[in-house]
Amino acid sequence: MLARPGLPDFEYLKAESPQEVFNLLKDKGPDLKLMMGGTDLFVQMRDRDSGPGTLLDIKGLPGMQEIEFGKTVGLTLGAAVTLNQISAHKDIRKYYPVLCQAADTVGNYQLRNRATLGGNICNASPSADMAPALLIYDAELILESPGGERQLPVAEFWVGPGKIALKEDEYLKAIHFPPPPEGAVGQYYKLGRSKMGDLAIVGVGMLGYPDPETPAGLRFKIGINSTAPTPYRVPAVEDYLAQHSLSDDVLSQAAEDAMDISAPIEDIRATALYQKKMVRNLTKKGLKEIWGSLK
Amino acid sequence: MENHAITLIVNGQEEALLVPSNMTLLHALRDGLGLTGTKNGCEAGECGACTVLVDGEPVNSCLVLAVELDGREITTIEGLSSNGKLTPLQQAFADLNAVQCGYCTPGMLMAGTALLRRNPNPTVEDIQKALVGNLCRCTGYQRIIDAIMEASRNGGTR
Ligand SMILES: Cc1cc2nc3c(=O)[nH]c(=O)nc-3n(C[C@H](O)[C@H](O)[C@H](O)COP(=O)(O)OP(=O)(O)OC[C@H]3O[C@@H](n4cnc5c(N)ncnc54)[C@H](O)[C@@H]3O)c2cc1C
Ligand code: FES
Ligand code: FES
Repeated sequence: MLARPGLPDFEYLKAESPQEVFNLLKDKGPDLKLMMGGTDLFVQMRDRDSGPGTLLDIKGLPGMQEIEFGKTVGLTLGAAVTLNQISAHKDIRKYYPVLCQAADTVGNYQLRNRATLGGNICNASPSADMAPALLIYDAELILESPGGERQLPVAEFWVGPGKIALKEDEYLKAIHFPPPPEGAVGQYYKLGRSKMGDLAIVGVGMLGYPDPETPAGLRFKIGINSTAPTPYRVPAVEDYLAQHSLSDDVLSQAAEDAMDISAPIEDIRATALYQKKMVRNLTKKGLKEIWGSLK
Repeated sequence: MENHAITLIVNGQEEALLVPSNMTLLHALRDGLGLTGTKNGCEAGECGACTVLVDGEPVNSCLVLAVELDGREITTIEGLSSNGKLTPLQQAFADLNAVQCGYCTPGMLMAGTALLRRNPNPTVEDIQKALVGNLCRCTGYQRIIDAIMEASRNGGTR
């Protein structure tokens, strides 16, 4: 006998071809859910009387688990690449270290053997740990539909908590990252209730790199999660930093501005006020550290 | 709902099973095969009591469907010792009293075994990171960490 009700009834199907996915999406509509590692899906479905009638496992589709990297073309990750595969990949660690740092903070090791990058993106949690890194590396999502492929900047994909700009007949096939800026230094700063293995109260991903065109001589990209309906960049803060010759005061002002832009809600993990202040503090800490290592 | 006929290679032995779509690997092992060494703590990926190895890598068996694993190799706690001989890691858990109630122990041993296979000489921090997903409500973790360290000096997982 089952110790608890567990997962409600559904039919499991494994997709062999994109065409099969399109046909099933059309036939079954919202009664079908796409599935990868299932680490978000199963927890959401568990102990409910009913759920989606069909789970369509798409992680075995051609190309879904591939990692391709070239210095001039950038990085392309199949949507079903797991977080542990990202963490263990030497080129990703060298050229896109914030992706690896973020992956290492998700849940725990066992979970990361199953949790995929595509699932983290499509679940569209405001606190998704991979989101800041995706934002600062200017990730483009490759969406596949019967009409062919289209690309969408990741920032346009998230439209609200759990809501994504995916059409009914589409799925996420891969994620492309252009080559990172020359000389970039990056870091993911995550605050959880415990040091490891907890969801983010605030997460800030940051990239700094030399840019002789700017008065600062540098440019920053800043991506933040957990403190608005979707993860977000702060272009106004990034521009402010680029346009000023950097000093401690300028960094402090930038961190204050990031705090003002953040729009957290009270939740079980932290009050809104605390989250706002932590956006400021993590942004300040990151700017100082990254500026320091670029000087 | 329709049942799926699958074959799992569990601790080296082929097992033919008929599983409904919504049966997790955890329930297939415990209820289907009677391998109750793998524990059910939370069914939510939080506690690690259900940790088993799939093709050598640790996963939470409560968050994997049995039907997904047709043809794959599963190692459970029952498959660690051979002919009654404990692995150095199991022996270290016994010698150093890394077990109190024992509920977390199978999961700890599977996660620890996987760690020592990918990193035979872990630091304390490596062990802490590898065990983030394994909760213990009794030992305070120190003896578990000591036992993994001890095992890494004694030949690890063989
Ligand atoms: C114990 C535990 C701890 C966790 N800790 C963290 C954490 O610290 N940080 C964090 O960010 N997350 C965390 N998570 C959430 C989760 O593990 C991650 O978001 C994971 O990356 C999801 O990937 P998946 O492959 O399991 O997705 P799935 O559960 O398979 O899918 C997630 C959603 O995306 C949709 N989907 C999946 N793939 C596609 C696709 N290719 N195209 C279109 N839609 C798709 C699915 O329909 C579903 O709605 C945790 C989860 C658990 C259970
Ligand atoms: S029972 Fe699987 S992690 Fe707790
Ligand atoms: S020994 Fe009791 S939970 Fe770990």
